[in-house]
Amino acid sequence: MDNSDLNSIWIYLSASPLAGLTITLMAYVAAQNLYQKCNNNPLLHPVVIAAGMLITFLVLTDTPYQDYFKGGQYVHFLLGPATVALAIPMYQQLSKIKKMWLPISITLISGVCVAAISSITIAQFLGASIETQLSLAPKSVTAPVAMAISEQIGGLPSLTAVLVVVTGILGAIFGTKILSLINIKDDSIKGIAMGITAHGIGTARAFQVSPEMGAFSGLAMAMATFTTAFILPYLVNWLGK
Amino acid sequence: MNFVNGLTILLFYQLMGEISVRWLGIPVPGPVLGMIMLFITLLIKGSASKSLEGASTTLLSHLSLLFIPAGVGMMVHFDRIMNEWVSIGIALLLSTVVTLIFSALMMLAMAKLMAKKESLNG
Repeated sequence: MDNSDLNSIWIYLSASPLAGLTITLMAYVAAQNLYQKCNNNPLLHPVVIAAGMLITFLVLTDTPYQDYFKGGQYVHFLLGPATVALAIPMYQQLSKIKKMWLPISITLISGVCVAAISSITIAQFLGASIETQLSLAPKSVTAPVAMAISEQIGGLPSLTAVLVVVTGILGAIFGTKILSLINIKDDSIKGIAMGITAHGIGTARAFQVSPEMGAFSGLAMAMATFTTAFILPYLVNWLGK
Repeated sequence: MNFVNGLTILLFYQLMGEISVRWLGIPVPGPVLGMIMLFITLLIKGSASKSLEGASTTLLSHLSLLFIPAGVGMMVHFDRIMNEWVSIGIALLLSTVVTLIFSALMMLAMAKLMAKKESLNG
């Protein structure tokens, strides 16, 4: 095999989505195995490990993100139907929602405002640029929605996606520990706090602790997504951004 | 076949959500409206079909996988993140902790308030 053969293979691979899609799944499977071997240690969250491996690989092979995303988009696309799918765990928790709809709604609306206002004002205080502040604002809701909101309020959608993932990981790593530290014992309350703060990644973590915590986290995440999408454009306007 | 049935329903609701959002000019992402529409359908129907449950469980149990391409997007913003990493890092960390604690305490207080009211009424 001479150089021109290698070249034609390379040209095929960089033009087709196959390579990007395959390495995404390979990285996920490897990261998932590592995570399970280490007893689900939250520091080894599969998103961190997999994204880290992929970035290293892309940088080493000098592949632009756009080429990778030709394949990655097929995985990314599934975030849409996954968002719709949240209706099902929400429906399954209906009896509990009915009983607690008022405390849940009040907590959600105020929690969503705290998430957005605290991130904008802290970033502003520390001298972050306006685009960064606006990209931070929707960081606590699930990626596809956060990206759409970010675009709408004048942030950078792809930066928001990264900040969303990091927020989720922070929530997954520290969330249950912090909630135990402030002496919260009820799994439903823990779940709601996780879902408002750390969306899908926090919810995935909550499901590992208990099904009840997971269901409430999924519920809070779904409702927070909807609430944030409605409130944030007005909130940003009110903050004068 | 079950998984395909379930996925078709999810995609159908997402499509309806996307169309409605554009048509009515609502500032909400399409999948979120699709989720609300599916939730309302389930309320009216009274149950979720096996295939829909199966497809949603499969998708939601691999939610971490779906975030990976967006996470890799960090490489595009490497310069900005390098320049502003202190403010971005502190804002993310503090805001996450504050939101978490606030939501938990708020929910605890609200639940207690409701319990008190209920015992007064009862």
